[in-house]
Amino acid sequence: MSELEIAGCSKYYKKNGVPMCALADTDLRVENGRFVSIIGPSGCGKSTLFNIIAGLIKPSSGRILLDGKDITQESGHVGYMLQKDLLLPWRSILDNVIIGLEIRGIPKKEARKRALPMLKNYGLGGFEYDHPDALSGGMRQRAGLIRTLLYDKDVILLDEPFGALDAQTRMQMQNWLLEIWKDFKKTILFVTHDIDEAIYLSDEIHVFTHRPGKIKATIEVDLPRPRSEKTLMNDRFLTLKKELLLMLREERVSSD
Amino acid sequence: MPDKLKNNEPFIEDPTIQTTKLGRRAFVGQVLVGVIIIFLWEFLTRIGWLDSYYWSSPSTIVRTGWKAITQGTLLQDLAYTSGSTILGFVLGTAAGYILGLSFWWSELYSRIFEPYMIAFNAIPKLALAPVLVIMFGIGFDSKVILAFLMTIIVAAIAAYSGVQSVDRDLEKMLVSLGAKRRHVFMKVVVPTTIPWIVSILKINISLALAGTIVGEFISSRQGIGRMILYAGQVLDIDLVWVGVVVLSLLSIVMYLGTVWLEHALMKGRTPKS
Repeated sequence: MSELEIAGCSKYYKKNGVPMCALADTDLRVENGRFVSIIGPSGCGKSTLFNIIAGLIKPSSGRILLDGKDITQESGHVGYMLQKDLLLPWRSILDNVIIGLEIRGIPKKEARKRALPMLKNYGLGGFEYDHPDALSGGMRQRAGLIRTLLYDKDVILLDEPFGALDAQTRMQMQNWLLEIWKDFKKTILFVTHDIDEAIYLSDEIHVFTHRPGKIKATIEVDLPRPRSEKTLMNDRFLTLKKELLLMLREERVSSD
Repeated sequence: MPDKLKNNEPFIEDPTIQTTKLGRRAFVGQVLVGVIIIFLWEFLTRIGWLDSYYWSSPSTIVRTGWKAITQGTLLQDLAYTSGSTILGFVLGTAAGYILGLSFWWSELYSRIFEPYMIAFNAIPKLALAPVLVIMFGIGFDSKVILAFLMTIIVAAIAAYSGVQSVDRDLEKMLVSLGAKRRHVFMKVVVPTTIPWIVSILKINISLALAGTIVGEFISSRQGIGRMILYAGQVLDIDLVWVGVVVLSLLSIVMYLGTVWLEHALMKGRTPKS
């Protein structure tokens, strides 16, 4: 049971002596078990926000709360996956996904035993002992996500995990992700700049403004689950899409 | 090409056949070239086109070498030279590797010491040989130390380049999984630098050998270097050639040793594309 709260977080950098705002005061509440997306033009501070949540950088102001506990600037409380798969090229897929367990001090043998059924059940059976460069982009992202899942945190941050994949693989991966989300009941915070992807996956979408990044609007996605390719043709889907497109176009216009 | 297909069997291309065929033929060619060179050397010295006083000849070298083994101290000399070379190589490469890796731990520390590392690399270490012999004596130690100095900085620079090539995002990913500095070091930094250190093993083994030989040239009671120097002084050119051939063979054996070491260190990795 986990609830993530971002309370008044901002981030300023100095550039040529002038303070630049990468992220304006942001308040966001992610309720337990929800799939929440953040969408916005590139350079809107989405990744900055994620780095703050994951405890990798220090916010200029504000706090991150997990179940009411302050986790600002502490890493290791949430699972975090970046756009790049970041698999270690010298390790097999199996040894890659257990690295979080290894860091926690679980013996390799035990960790492997835990990871094997996961790999098999979630589409990586037969690739356990291959090295990452033998796998396709989609397969590598799967391994990256399984690594995050095995780390076993209730909240998972996904920073454009499917951004580099082709449309077909992307669709496949979205369904795969929904399946995992259903099975593991995680709370997911998802960054994307793909409108279809955001609507298809989420319960709730936050639209970010262009620099400085802040939340401009929040949209409830009231589409029924389970979702499938049919959802994409749903009238409600199209209405939401139109709404989001307009909002993002406004952002693009104002940034030009 | 349907006429080439027998019994309607499909044509299945198998590139491995061609590769093995090429490998076999190349090997035969390599052996052949070696045999021809040795044969020509022998033949030309026999008919007098090459002066056998300077050039000796393969058969004389074998005969002189056999004598040096049975009546002389060639084998002890070989053990002496290869011993100090390998010891210096192992100590120098390991120390250099550790030194290079240590630069990962502190940016300030690495900034302070980097220029000194480069400056030390610029010193011609062999020119220091006379001082080292005076400092450490004419025995085994001074040779090991020369081989050590020849190899340490090369290894340190390679390891440091490896450290600088570490992917920051990998570090970030591990930290997000709760990793401490030591985890990042063991799981990312060390594996990233292994190919860098492996790539200089071959260079370092020959540098170590050069260091040892120069040490023996300066002053020594044993070793192949001393044998060559002695033979030159008494104009026993056949024995000089024996020394050169033995050193070449030693060099080849040590080269094969480093190839084996490379394989051992790179085990479990796919070839980098």
